[in-house]
Amino acid sequence: MKKLFSKKEKRIVKEGFWENNPVSFHVLGICSALAVTVKVETAMVMCAALIFVVSLSNVIISSIRTFIPNKIRIIVQLCIISTLVVVADQVLKAFVYDVSKQLSIFVGLIITNCIVMGRAEAFAMTNPPWRSFLDGLGNGLGYSLFLISVAICRELLGNGTLLGFQVIPQVFYEMGYMNAGIMLIAPGAFFLLGVMVWIQRAITGYTEE
Amino acid sequence: MTTIKDKLSPLFEAVDTFIRTPGATAPSAPYVRDHVDLKRVMVIVVIALFPCLFMGIYNVGYQVLQFQNLPTTFSGCMGIGANVVLPIMLVTYLFGGFWEVLFAVVRRKRISEGFLVTGMLFTLAMPPAIELWQVAVGISFGVIFGKEIFGGTGRNIFNPALTGRAFMFFSYPIQFSGSDSYAAIDGFTQATPLSILGDAGYGGQAVEALHQAGYSWSQAFIGLIPGSIGETSTLACLLGLFLLLITRVASWRIVLACFLGFTGASLAVMALQRPESMTYFSLPPHWHWVIGSFAYGCIFMTTDPVSSPATNTGRWIYGITIGTVIVLIRVFNPAFTDGVLLSIIFMNAFSPLIDHFVVQQHIKQRTQRNLACAAAK
Repeated sequence: MKKLFSKKEKRIVKEGFWENNPVSFHVLGICSALAVTVKVETAMVMCAALIFVVSLSNVIISSIRTFIPNKIRIIVQLCIISTLVVVADQVLKAFVYDVSKQLSIFVGLIITNCIVMGRAEAFAMTNPPWRSFLDGLGNGLGYSLFLISVAICRELLGNGTLLGFQVIPQVFYEMGYMNAGIMLIAPGAFFLLGVMVWIQRAITGYTEE
Repeated sequence: MTTIKDKLSPLFEAVDTFIRTPGATAPSAPYVRDHVDLKRVMVIVVIALFPCLFMGIYNVGYQVLQFQNLPTTFSGCMGIGANVVLPIMLVTYLFGGFWEVLFAVVRRKRISEGFLVTGMLFTLAMPPAIELWQVAVGISFGVIFGKEIFGGTGRNIFNPALTGRAFMFFSYPIQFSGSDSYAAIDGFTQATPLSILGDAGYGGQAVEALHQAGYSWSQAFIGLIPGSIGETSTLACLLGLFLLLITRVASWRIVLACFLGFTGASLAVMALQRPESMTYFSLPPHWHWVIGSFAYGCIFMTTDPVSSPATNTGRWIYGITIGTVIVLIRVFNPAFTDGVLLSIIFMNAFSPLIDHFVVQQHIKQRTQRNLACAAAK
């Protein structure tokens, strides 16, 4: 057990989650970060689906990495990823139909989410399965960190609710407070995402160039 | 050891050079001898905005008294107006100034005087019935996202005052497109000329619709119509333009190009008019000039030296496109009550591109000319 969680393994998870965060560091997965973050609920389901797909696809690809012919590896990776995405989509449709309807096409679009392909290419193809799993988990959590923070801000500022519950008291509205409509449209998500990347990079001290 | 004075040196310097020019000379080239620096330019723009501010304050009070059927005395109008406008201005300068100083101190840069103008432009673009906390949110957004994230004055792509206003326009649409928000009194529901035309439907005569609502051209020109604080009076904007042009602070090319593009587009729209087309089509250019924030935007917003092109050809293209796009948004998309804000911010994004192509074209022409000269020899 100790061997499974040595320093190096912990490091892998932490890197995907924070220092090498797919959203803030590589700026991947932005499309879904804009599309599904109007409500916290949809964002959470989306994150769960992505964590499932990216960690499992990493495990599968990593365990057959020595058999995959190099020339067709992208196709093989895509087959595995799309299988997992279809499974995730069907599970969502079966158990959380309403949310799945709101997410509409975006669960299916996890196939084209650059994070999944990126991790398969960059990590799973050259690392053993357990580490690949942790890497996928770390990256999925890193993606979730941003998605859910953006969703919390958008739902709170744009609707005054969190997970559908009214958070901002009615008294505020009577005093003249108003929800910011811009948070419900894509530009609001862009601004928030920008601010969060800014904060994250200020903490880690990362600069481009 | 850094003392508190070192840390706050941007603040000290800003206060020190606010009125007087310090005797210190430049330690290295270029030794340009001119009293007009950025601070003086900005102060001229602020002075040019005074007529708008004055008319804005007067009109805010005038609209309230008119609505209450009270005599519209000068002092009464100014009193009520000042009561509404000055808090907005105070909040704008307080919050915008806070961010400006914060960023300057953290980045160890000089505090830029540009904010004097931004704050004034922003205040005058607010509807009188706006809530003060919304003003604070808007100007904070404008200063941070419109300017500071790009690195401060002179580096921004978009006009900060417009960025802030655009944020508010999309965040609180009721405040910016309703008919009850353009006078600072509860229960006021007089539609602005723009919203009358936007709702006018099809096949009518635009000028008649305006006359029926009680608007005359001279009234709109002087600025005694409901609207955002500083934008209603075309006359006051023209006074400001006069000062900007004689001091050469604003580029006359941009203003003229914007005016020509705007007039041309409104004439073209009139020519396109069919009996069944929207009433808005039939509005003649001289009415287009005086309603909404065209004069205000064209004179003070498009000429922002930072966010407009730096080449003369680029300025013509920029101005003409802005004028055309304003008419297109106004007439074809009445959902946005005025296209001025949107079209200027839209073209702000293109101004580096315009400059790029103008410069490339210039280089190409010169190379060809040089080649021709060399061949002739």
